[in-house]
Amino acid sequence: MTTVALDHGVKLRRRRRTRAQVVKYLALAFVALVVLLPVYVLLVASFKSGTEADPSRAWALPEVWSLDAWREAWNGEQYGLFPYLKNSLKLVIPATLLSTMLGSLNGFVLSRWRFPGADLVFLFLLFGMFIPYQAVMIPLTQIFLEVDFPEGLPRLVFAHIVYGIPITTLIFRSYYATIPEDLIEAARMDRAGMLRTYWSVVLPVSAPAFVVTAIWQFTSIWNDFLFAVFIVDDPAQWPVTVALNNTTGSFVTPYNVQMAAALLASLPTLIVYILLGRYFMRGLMAGALKG
Amino acid sequence: MADIRLDRLAKRFPNGFVAVKDLSLEIAEAELLVLVGPSGCGKTTALRMIAGLEDISSGDLYIGGRRVNDVLERDRDIAMVFQNYALYPHMTVAQNIAFSLKLSKRPKHEIRERVQETARLLGLDELLDRRPKQLSGGQKQRVAMGRAIIRQPQVFLMDEPLSNLDAQLRVHMRGEIEALQKRLGVTTVYVTHDQVEAMTMGDRVAVLRSGELQQVDTPSNVYDRPTNLFVAGFIGSPPMNLARATIEAENGGLVVRLGSSTIPVPAELVRDRGLDAWIGRESIVGIRPEDIEGLPEDGRPKDGAPLEATIDRVEALGSDLLAFFTIDAPPATSAAIAEATGGGLEEVALITREGTPFCATFEPRAGIRMGDRVEVTVDVRRLHFFDPETEQAIGT
Repeated sequence: MTTVALDHGVKLRRRRRTRAQVVKYLALAFVALVVLLPVYVLLVASFKSGTEADPSRAWALPEVWSLDAWREAWNGEQYGLFPYLKNSLKLVIPATLLSTMLGSLNGFVLSRWRFPGADLVFLFLLFGMFIPYQAVMIPLTQIFLEVDFPEGLPRLVFAHIVYGIPITTLIFRSYYATIPEDLIEAARMDRAGMLRTYWSVVLPVSAPAFVVTAIWQFTSIWNDFLFAVFIVDDPAQWPVTVALNNTTGSFVTPYNVQMAAALLASLPTLIVYILLGRYFMRGLMAGALKG
Repeated sequence: MADIRLDRLAKRFPNGFVAVKDLSLEIAEAELLVLVGPSGCGKTTALRMIAGLEDISSGDLYIGGRRVNDVLERDRDIAMVFQNYALYPHMTVAQNIAFSLKLSKRPKHEIRERVQETARLLGLDELLDRRPKQLSGGQKQRVAMGRAIIRQPQVFLMDEPLSNLDAQLRVHMRGEIEALQKRLGVTTVYVTHDQVEAMTMGDRVAVLRSGELQQVDTPSNVYDRPTNLFVAGFIGSPPMNLARATIEAENGGLVVRLGSSTIPVPAELVRDRGLDAWIGRESIVGIRPEDIEGLPEDGRPKDGAPLEATIDRVEALGSDLLAFFTIDAPPATSAAIAEATGGGLEEVALITREGTPFCATFEPRAGIRMGDRVEVTVDVRRLHFFDPETEQAIGT
């Protein structure tokens, strides 16, 4: 009797669980659909020919699949993004690396090698996150002019490094707060100074924070449009976002090329997620403490 | 090697909390001093001040005769073993052990030799290429020791190094650490809340309560002559039985009226503790569990006094038999006792009956069972007396 009742109860619970799961997955599928629909339009349009790519037939699959739009978007005479993609890489790689490195150092000092007033300094750093790009456009340009900062991409790199410091510092500070204090103190007892502790003990266990921060910085710098458009005057140095904006023709809009270009411009961030996402190393700290 | 001297060392935290109050201690060269006390008594803070990980609020700290208050931790020539071992997770055992030598830029071959030597000493030879997460608790503990030993420092500081090990390993490592310390002859301060570690390992034991030093002496002296109720309750497991009793004159000698029982006090003890001054007054009497025995079949032993008891509970530990019973004397309640014992025995009293819960350790084959009405004998030579007001031991 009791086993039967028990079985029944388990089954009931299981059925209830499956039903809840179905509802959950339906809801998730719906949200995914909403997000992916525009991507679908983007994708099919990019494979259409020039005449076929028209907003009125946006939902239809291409009658003739064509790579022309992709070719044009890659290195076409009028719209080719290749040089701008190169510019973007020249911008995003140093800016990401440097702002992540600075964030790591800041985060370490502010969480684990604290000095008097560290909290205040951190607070001021955080303010930086809430200053919109628009607010600093004019003063930033002025400063660049006054110090005679090298024009073009170097300015943009610098601006993104500085603007990235608050968020990178925040991420690293939170991460370093999870490193056991004992570990830092053990290094101190082993006679390591601040930099040696950072280099030999903290940095080697920082990979997860580096990955998170790098993804974040890469994405936001790659996708930035506003800084790029007002800091870089020389069209030859434009990053891809600015160039992409200019694929909109004055008289005709080649939708197929534009869609292909948009996809092309967003590929690198996608690749970064796929490549670095795997290195979200969990449990790197395992074994440091009792176990 | 060096001696350590703490002169009225104090730690006040910014929030006003005083963790260590005017702690004065002298630790001789090559001595192993155990700092013991319940959690929150300030023992770890005291250790961290010696290490240089915590600023000293007031007082002076001398290592090897040098005042080191303002000397950085790295220049104090001290090695520390942490409770959680704090091994560097990304380094191998060999790298963990060698780290400090690498930092002091020793030549490579010297580092290699010393790592080998240290590993041999600790039985880590086979594990040198492993990473911490591949080690068992005991092995990690050894690596942490190795990291301290290889430095050949003036002083070892150990912060509850065995508290994360299981019981058997703890007993084993206790012996190993003690033997190692004797062999290396390095002055050592060892912090623990485990009074068994304190009793077995220390050359001397310093008992702390709320940041204040209660007693510092050899383990046997601390055990046999605790200076106050706190030490009496803290050192010893099961703890000392404590109850209120009146001292009275009878038949030309002194007796203790413990509830309805009368225990004669040997003249020697009366003299030694100056108990004459306490005639007619209430004091707190302490009896260690092992000083209570079952009556031998041929009558009472020479220095024993009988005590009637109904056994409430029995715990057979294999080597010993713990018998819990209640005597009809009022309990000695005090904050110090509660803090020292964690309030353990008082709860038993609540669920049994009025009176004071007592515990006695009997022979494992004494054959005593719950509910038995027995006569037990108190070893009167080993009675302890405390002033209920000051909580200090009488006559010390």
